[in-house]
Amino acid sequence: MSDLHTELKESIIEQLNLEDMQPADIENNEALFGDGLGLDSIDALELIVLLEKDYGIKLTDPNQGKQIFNSINTMADFIEKHRTK
Amino acid sequence: MYINGMSNISAQPDDFLTSAEIIDIQGNILSAVVRPYRELIKPMLLRRMSKAVKMGIYTAVKSLSRSGLECPDAILVGTGQGCMQDTEKFMQQIEESKEQLLTPTSFIQSTHNTVSGQIALFLKCNGYNMTYTQNSVSFESCLLDAQMQLELDEDIQNVLIGAVDETSEKFTGFQKLDGQIKAETILNKELFPSSSPGSIISESAAFFSISREKTPRSLANCVGSKIINEIQSSEIEEKVVEFLSEFDLKPEQMDAVVLGNNGDHRFDDYYQILQQGIFNNILQLNYKSLTGENNSISAIGCALAVSVLQHQKIPKKFRANSKSASKFRRILIYNQYLGRNHGFILLERP
Amino acid sequence: MKTVVVTGMGIVSAIGSSVTANLQSLQNNSDGLSKPDILQTGHQFPVGEIKITDAELLEELKLTASLGITRASLLGIKAITEIFENSGKLADNANTAFVSGTSVGGIDKTEQYFDLFDEKAALRPYIQAQHPGYTTQKIAEYFGIQGLVTTISTACSSSANAIMTGARLIQSGRYSKVIVGGSDCLTKFTLNGFNSLRILSDEPAKPFDRDRNGLNLGEAAAYLLLEAEDATSDQRILAKISGAGNANDAFHQTASSEDGEGAFKAMNKALKMANMEAQNIDYINAHGTGTQNNDLSETNALKRIFKETVPKFSSTKGFTGHTLGAAGAVEAIFSILSIQEQQVFANLNYQNIMEDGLIPVRENRKHQVDHVMSNSFGFGGNCTSLIFSKHE
Repeated sequence: MSDLHTELKESIIEQLNLEDMQPADIENNEALFGDGLGLDSIDALELIVLLEKDYGIKLTDPNQGKQIFNSINTMADFIEKHRTK
Repeated sequence: MYINGMSNISAQPDDFLTSAEIIDIQGNILSAVVRPYRELIKPMLLRRMSKAVKMGIYTAVKSLSRSGLECPDAILVGTGQGCMQDTEKFMQQIEESKEQLLTPTSFIQSTHNTVSGQIALFLKCNGYNMTYTQNSVSFESCLLDAQMQLELDEDIQNVLIGAVDETSEKFTGFQKLDGQIKAETILNKELFPSSSPGSIISESAAFFSISREKTPRSLANCVGSKIINEIQSSEIEEKVVEFLSEFDLKPEQMDAVVLGNNGDHRFDDYYQILQQGIFNNILQLNYKSLTGENNSISAIGCALAVSVLQHQKIPKKFRANSKSASKFRRILIYNQYLGRNHGFILLERP
Repeated sequence: MKTVVVTGMGIVSAIGSSVTANLQSLQNNSDGLSKPDILQTGHQFPVGEIKITDAELLEELKLTASLGITRASLLGIKAITEIFENSGKLADNANTAFVSGTSVGGIDKTEQYFDLFDEKAALRPYIQAQHPGYTTQKIAEYFGIQGLVTTISTACSSSANAIMTGARLIQSGRYSKVIVGGSDCLTKFTLNGFNSLRILSDEPAKPFDRDRNGLNLGEAAAYLLLEAEDATSDQRILAKISGAGNANDAFHQTASSEDGEGAFKAMNKALKMANMEAQNIDYINAHGTGTQNNDLSETNALKRIFKETVPKFSSTKGFTGHTLGAAGAVEAIFSILSIQEQQVFANLNYQNIMEDGLIPVRENRKHQVDHVMSNSFGFGGNCTSLIFSKHE
């Protein structure tokens, strides 16, 4: 697992108040929304801010989020390609 | 309308309405006791909930289950100060971030109807849903509305009603600056007698499951309630007599009165006039030296009265005088805050 | 059950400081949107701001700042003053109840003074201003209303609910006169809150349009005098309240369900109370905020209620912005104007129909209006529908 994957899991747990979870509880390819981790639309807005704050990536169309936030893997890929910090 | 189940949370233990036990609290801001919220609420839901929401859902669900009901036809919640913790958090985030890159969670949870909305969501109740927020008569506003609902809407048989308020660091702290909280630090049970301004401020929640018709589980009958925004202390006796006369009753027909004395010497005269006047010979109960003061606390006062009607006995810690009654059939609850927002509630044994 | 009539109304919004001024703007298709000038914010979103400062309001109403009075109460006092000026009577204090709706009350003062309360004792009267009941209290004090005074805070449906509660106080025979309505001012708190939800548009909102991309916030105060029909001495009855219903969507803390269950149930309840069929409604003043979510949900709810024949409808939020807790009362007044003028008002900025959508009224026009439905939906799934009728 890359550092980025772990870092992402840690910030998601912190940002979304997933108090009982450890980074190891989240699989890299597990769905973050719906039947997987069970995040919802409010979490999606939190994740958009996380991308901008931590990685300098500004999403102009909130609908883009759907693919990017599919799993930790898809998020990490997107961040690798677009990060400005 | 009949109260068939109730549940409450305050700075005191679960069974404080019937037990002799008292939790002593030094310091003028009293946090509510934490209940096992996880037993009822899933972690994914719990993670965003402020204390008011947790306390509200917990006591709402408990009061319903004690009355044997799953989903009421209407949900009414009173809260004088609303979800202050999230309001404070979001306001600070705006300042810190200079209005940039804000996340919505605290804002979403900051609206005053968060508790009533979250209860509806939790119970999947599509019925009437209302939130009143008028200082110390927020709960009484709900009672009034509930009574009208039951009178006017034949589809409404059962109503869930309650009141909840939480404290938050900065906002509650401000209440020290404007004299709402006592300047000197005191032990809660030594609140009375008091000769200084301010009170001790707290968190609480109390919910009641109510029905139009009497049921085998009925604990009390809420005969009526009244709100008066402004009363001079010299008129208080007259107003109480007037309220009781709406039900053809006189002050001496009360078996007990639950009074909201909070140790603020500027405004406790409203209660003292009644204590030394028309209720001189009636058993008087106080509770705020145990629970502290907040905009939802009269719902705890109401719970105390229900408990007395149900159990027909009163722990000594609530007694403010040495009068007694052989039977408890009828109790008046009176409360005000800072001399404004006066609320009267009349309960009878069902 | 007693019949409830409206015998007075007063309003101040971004499109005017009186009922007449608001009507003129509606008739001239003239919106009140601008960049924020009075609200101190770094954002440049268009808003429906009332271009009168607190200092100007204080002077006009002959009040002083030392009273600790909030902008929402100043606007509320100004609006209620119009009721009594126009009908030429004073409040019958002892027998008048007051039910007011607001979402954030005086939080404008809390955010302005948050860091100053510690040092400046003179600002401390504003410490309680944060709580909605305080703003209502200040209005009640001004008019000497001493009996039943209470506040409803259910986000964007607050004042619609205040109208409903006020009506019930009369129907049940408890009061024969009730002042109802609501007041909300622009705040950094709400502007940043809606921005964090990413539902503010950076252009004038386009309710019900395919390309709608969010709402504009606004501020307003609007109040109505309700009386029991059998007790009023007023010869000028403006309208009758024939129905009111509230239901909860119980779907999500902020978003509406796609099928608009809460809205559907609220409209149904209002129709039932009015003893009316859906086809009796001649015009709907829709909630129509201009967000993707609301307008889709409301459209679906309207189609479920009205089937193939949805009456003329429009959202007037393109004029005033979304005035949150005041919106229900603002739109109640617009609904009554619609009955008085026999006219339906334009849904500004609408261009393209959304998929499976409905087409709102595009230009204001004469139309026979006997019964108007006014919808208000808020966070926490709170949905309210009111029906106003021509008084025969």
